Amino acid sequence: MQVEEFLEKSAERTPDKIALICGEQRLSYAEIDARCNQLAHALVGMGLERWDRVVIYGRNSVETVVAIFAVLKAGGVFVLVNPTTKQDKLTYIVCNCRATFLITADKLATVVMSAAETCPSLRSVVVAGLTGQSSQSAGAPCVALEDAIHHQPSERCARRNIDVDLAALIYTSGSTGHPKGVMMTHLNVVSAATSITTYLDNRAEDVILNVLPLSFDYGLYQLLMAFKIGGTLVLENSFAYPYVILETLSQERVTGFPIVPTICSILLQLKLENYSFPHLRYITNTAAALPVAHIHKLRELFPKVRIYSMYGLTECKRVSYLPPEQIDSRPGSVGRGMPNEEVYLVDNDGQQLPAGSTGELVVRGSNVMKGYWELPEETDRALRPGPFGNEKVLYSGDLFCTDAEGYLYFVGRKDDIIKTRGEKVSPREVEDVLHSHPCIAEAAVVGIPHDVLGNAIFAFVKLKSGATLDEYELKGFCADRLEDFMIPTTVRFRDSLPKSANGKIAKRDLIADEAAALAGVA
Amino acid sequence: MRHIESELRRFVVDNFLYRRQSHFSDDDSFLSMGIIDSTGMLELVSFLEKHYGIHIDDTDLIPQNLDSVTQMAQFVRRKLLIEEPAAAISSNATAYPA
Repeated sequence: MQVEEFLEKSAERTPDKIALICGEQRLSYAEIDARCNQLAHALVGMGLERWDRVVIYGRNSVETVVAIFAVLKAGGVFVLVNPTTKQDKLTYIVCNCRATFLITADKLATVVMSAAETCPSLRSVVVAGLTGQSSQSAGAPCVALEDAIHHQPSERCARRNIDVDLAALIYTSGSTGHPKGVMMTHLNVVSAATSITTYLDNRAEDVILNVLPLSFDYGLYQLLMAFKIGGTLVLENSFAYPYVILETLSQERVTGFPIVPTICSILLQLKLENYSFPHLRYITNTAAALPVAHIHKLRELFPKVRIYSMYGLTECKRVSYLPPEQIDSRPGSVGRGMPNEEVYLVDNDGQQLPAGSTGELVVRGSNVMKGYWELPEETDRALRPGPFGNEKVLYSGDLFCTDAEGYLYFVGRKDDIIKTRGEKVSPREVEDVLHSHPCIAEAAVVGIPHDVLGNAIFAFVKLKSGATLDEYELKGFCADRLEDFMIPTTVRFRDSLPKSANGKIAKRDLIADEAAALAGVA
Repeated sequence: MRHIESELRRFVVDNFLYRRQSHFSDDDSFLSMGIIDSTGMLELVSFLEKHYGIHIDDTDLIPQNLDSVTQMAQFVRRKLLIEEPAAAISSNATAYPA
């Protein structure tokens, strides 16, 4: 099965059913399928070849949804990029995957220009709502999306791929300064989506409300799974106006609401007495652990709603879920895996550990990625020989312990990735940006626990002698180069940064200093 | 003396744009600029309540009240009129030239 068949089969079964609600727009399966077919024909006509990567750089919108399925139908590989990604990183990703097309919206077109001028692989930039205000002289030409699809047939084009072909590249932050492209085949995606919709007990009557970015795999799969089951997706862009979201939850009779701990923190501060959600069937959480106290509160506020506490990583989409029946007895656990997958813990020598141990989590299954795009060493670190024959299994880089029944409890990361607002932040990536500022001599970035954010990004900097820099300038400098969630929330200027015996900055001392300062104030 | 629009613009430029630029009009939508997310909204509401001494209800947290400098200023003035008639009158007197 191919991923685009999620849409195509539902369009055959229930063509007139509303598939997507986004702002004022309500589109049926038939309407979406037709638009996707038109864009697919346009892309093939413009020279898209099998396996070509297409970067999609846009907010949650009908155009982004159409672009995803159009690229798949045309036999390409979609690469979604967070719309708050700035010019340098976007250019890096476009060049790294040698994308031939970039699909975006007019408002984002100025950021795209640099990639259009720099990346030799790009044939064309397709812009929805092109107004002609951002014109460039060099590089890949801009084409208006509406012009491209005009007069294109709304019937399917010929399918070129099979399930072992790549469907998507999902870029994820790593410990080094650059993001890595996780390679997902159609088989990987179909396998993961099937496991998840099985344990969530999804059915065609489901109405799923997604406020998470489609560039985040958790958000993307809400779309893929909604279409797979023939349900309806209500697509929003953020949780910035929570009461508007609550109204939507109620009016659209939403049955499924995926969240992350930051959303949960805000949700629990709202006055929910005036609202009722009799149709809400399940709430899911992943990306970071829900504090147990928050789980208890959710259970009180939504006693009839099934709460799914889950864990996963981009490299295999999802790893585990806790059956809702267990949430009261084991609120700290994320379960024992999911359908059609095996998980186990290993010690430092790769030996499997029995229940009741602590070790690195290893994942085995057809949801595991094919590797990191053109990064053989990184791939070999993550994908290592499994128990049978020539297979590879995924070493997660996360430490877990299991109880006597084998239920998993997250212990910590092996690397220093910070989770903030449910997003991964590489301290190294932020430090590289800080070090590129002319006034900064040394910088260290750490995560400090925060009630709402999970962890807040703190930057400790030492300026070059004679240099002056204030917090706003530094945050502004970061904002020009990093996604929103990577910008340090707090900057501490220091005369010197503590060093360990080997001369590296002692981040533990910095974290301890902050904890002490907090204790002093409290 | 109060110039609510310029105070609000200053807050947005300082805290969400880090003073990098203020090239947006008072009518531009923050949502479509993508500069205020859910945690940013919490900071904004906290600022409005503290700085203007107004109380913001849940039902006030809608784009029509908060999604641009103009809308926020109108919202704040409405609140001041209800909660502090004297202060509102003096702010209106200076905001509109005779």
